[in-house]
Parts: sequence; C-alpha cells; structure tokens
Amino acid sequence: MERQVYGYRREDGRAGVRNHVVIMPVDDISNAAVEAVAHHVQGTLPLPHAYGRLQYGADLDLHFRTMIGVGANPNVAAVVVIGIEDKWTDRIVRGIAATGKPVAGFSIEGKGDFETVRQASWKAKELVQDASERRREPVDLGELVVSIKCGESDTTTGLGSCPTVGVAVDDLVDAGANVYFGETPELTGGEHLVADRCATPEVRERFNELYRGYLAEIEGSGADLLGSQPTEGNIAGGLSTIEEKALGNIEKTGTKPVVGALAAAETASNGARGLYFMDSSSAAAEHITLMAAGGAVLHLFPTGQGNVIGNPIEPVIKITANPNTAATMAEHVDVDVSRLLSREITQRQAGDMLMDNIIRTANGRRTCAEALGHREFSLTRLYRSA
Amino acid sequence: MSDNGAPPRGHKFLVHKRGDHVGVATSNVETGEKVIGVYMDDDSWIEVEAKAAIPLGHKIAVEELGEKDDVIEYGIRIGFAPEGLKVGDYVHTHNLKSARW
Repeated sequence: MERQVYGYRREDGRAGVRNHVVIMPVDDISNAAVEAVAHHVQGTLPLPHAYGRLQYGADLDLHFRTMIGVGANPNVAAVVVIGIEDKWTDRIVRGIAATGKPVAGFSIEGKGDFETVRQASWKAKELVQDASERRREPVDLGELVVSIKCGESDTTTGLGSCPTVGVAVDDLVDAGANVYFGETPELTGGEHLVADRCATPEVRERFNELYRGYLAEIEGSGADLLGSQPTEGNIAGGLSTIEEKALGNIEKTGTKPVVGALAAAETASNGARGLYFMDSSSAAAEHITLMAAGGAVLHLFPTGQGNVIGNPIEPVIKITANPNTAATMAEHVDVDVSRLLSREITQRQAGDMLMDNIIRTANGRRTCAEALGHREFSLTRLYRSA
Repeated sequence: MSDNGAPPRGHKFLVHKRGDHVGVATSNVETGEKVIGVYMDDDSWIEVEAKAAIPLGHKIAVEELGEKDDVIEYGIRIGFAPEGLKVGDYVHTHNLKSARW
C-alpha cells in the first residue's frame, strides 16, 4: 500500500492536506466584517456562522473548543479572528496561537466595521501571501487524522459503501493513522458492538457515559423520532428502524479496537493511535465541523440516497454503492462502488479504489464537494443562550 | 439452501448473514417474481417468490416469523414484526417496528 502523501507540516508537528487561510468570526454579528475581508483578500476562507453570543457553561465551552479547534486544524495555515468584543476574540486567538500558527485578532467595538475590516484585510493579505509560499512535503499516511460519517443512508450503505470505508479505516489504522467516528444517537441498536470493541475498561466506561447522556436527552423529549432518525430519506431508501440504520453505520468503523472516547470537538491526545469515538450529532454538517475541530484533515462520507455535503476545512470524499445515486447524482460521487451490489467487485477491491482516492485527495486532488463549492460549517449547540 | 453451490447469475437481493430474516433488493423486484438472493457471508443462495413489488434497497422476508418476533439482519435484532412475516413479504415501516424508539 502507498504510504507516503504530500502534505503541509504545521508548527506543532501535525500534518495537513490543505492550506487554508481562515477568516473566522467569533460571533454571528461579526459575519459581515469577515465576509468583507474575504472579499478584499483573494484566497482566504470565511467561516460565517450563526452563534457565539450570550452562550454560557458547557455550551460556551463547546463553542470555544470548536472555533479554536477549527483554527488549529492542520489544514489551516493561518487565521484572522474577528469578534465584536476583544476578550472573547482574544480567547480564540490565544487558543489557536498555542499551536504556533500565525493568527491575529480584531474586535469591532470602539472602531466599527470599516476600520476593523481595513486592519484585518492588511493582516489577511500578509497571511495569505505567506501561506501561498508553503510547499507540500512528504508525510506518512499514518500521521493523518481521518474522520468518517455517512449520510442520506439507505440499505446500500450497509451493504456496500460503509463496509468499503471499513476496509479503508482498517488500512489507515494499520498505517498508524487516527480515525474518528461518532454519530452517538445513530449507534442505537448496535451500541453494544462499539462498547465490546473498546480497548480498555476506562474507554468503555467513557463511551457508555457519553452514549447514555445523549440518549437520555433524546428519550427525555418523549418525541416520536420516525422521520427524523431514521430520516424520511433513509426510509425512502429502505431503512425501517434506527437499529437497522445503526448496524449499517457501524459497518464503516471497520474491525479495529476503539482506543479512546472523545467529547465533542476534542482532539485525541492520550498518545494512543487508532480508532476514536467522538460524541457527536448525526447531522452531517454539525458532525464534520466537530471532527474538523478535533483535528481531522480528511473525511470519508458513504452515502446511499445521495448527500451533497462538503466542509470548508476537511475535504469530504463521498462514496456510494447505490447504482441509482451513482447515475443521477454523479457530480457528487467521488468513488462509485455500486458494482459491489452486482457482485462484480469484491469488498477488498472497493477498499482499494477508496484508498487510491484517499491518497490522491491527500496529495491535493479536489473532491467533488470542493469542486462544487460545498462548505457547510455548522456549530453544535447544547442549549439556548442566556 | 445449505451448500448449494455457486449462486446462479442474476441475483436480485443480498442477505448479510446466514440466519438473517430479511434480504435487501439490489434491483427492483416485481410482484410474484421468483428471485435469487445470495448470502454475503458464505455465498450460499436462496430463491423466494416476492409477494409484493420491492424497490431496490428495500427488504424482502426470507424467513417466516410469528407476531411480535424479533427481526434479525446483520445477525442482530433490527426491530420486531408486530403481525409476523411470511417468506416473500415486502418488509418496511408498515410491518417492522423499532424496539428502541
């Protein structure tokens, strides 16, 4: 198996596969300034979002962890942070600066959008020109952090595209990579399979705690989830129950032990390399945003009925085994493994097709989602603002 | 259906594991059509007459089940059948319910 890819070595030693200069708002009301800077300075990546004001407690902690984690992600060369107030702006700047990465913060209060945009644009121009001189260098595949999550699933994901990702996940873990999976509620019916694969009693206990916490929230609502989880799209694709969806979902985690259980947007730092669970929503944009915040640099996304998701930080590789989707939504499909259903290729051959695409994408090939401009960036909220 | 040799060409559904109660259509299946299904874990096969039209990706029953019996796919429970199932039934949300939520 090809082990070497060409990536970007960052100041903290981690390796990325993209070279973004991010213009990041701390909060919703700084989006306009962020967009203005990104308009002035070509080659920058604005990340407008809907939140960041009057949050508190665990919900605010998650906000900061997500923004800092995204800024610190090895796919990011440098960051300009813009917020309404200086204190929360500085908190994000300091968090990102801890990685050694170039980062600068600007706050709007006391100057207004015009002056903030002027100052931030000068800095962004400098950072984007510097970043454009960074060169790709040899990086071992095993240094990468890869995330996985499926969407618009149907029964073909459980039959074909998820097992294909499972083969690649095993290969990546064997190479020494970290792989993150999550979708906490969507393990329901197969959560025991994940618990059984936890490498130590401590990891199992942490996984069970995170799973039970999420489930208590869902069950506490008293709502009928049919149509939400599984979704209407899942049902149209033949999935009947959450258990059936979960078992297909879990296929993509491969066969390796789960070496850690992470909170949402947390970065694996216990030293063990391998497969990690991250507590996370099953909604695609939220999920991949949390994974990017945890340091994942490449995402594998099996789809059945045809999800079109992308992410601004992580290239998203989409894989389908559904021949109808491969034909009708071809512009969104990076790897077509529908010949698994007709038994014309083996699972190993499908895995090799995906590994080839992973290497090429890591080396710089744009994914369908990148080519089509899909940059879905969605923050997870735990509860209402104060 | 045990040790029945290599599956004939032209299968129309796949079954994850021997012992599963349902298979998944890999082509659209017509009412009354006799269709071949292949077990993915050991390449054995089965022929079933579909009692209803089954679109690609939807499930067909390969075992008879009684009222409220667990329904097994991937070798694991995916829910229960409130009214039971007959071989060849189209299996979806109308006759298969979650045991969890």
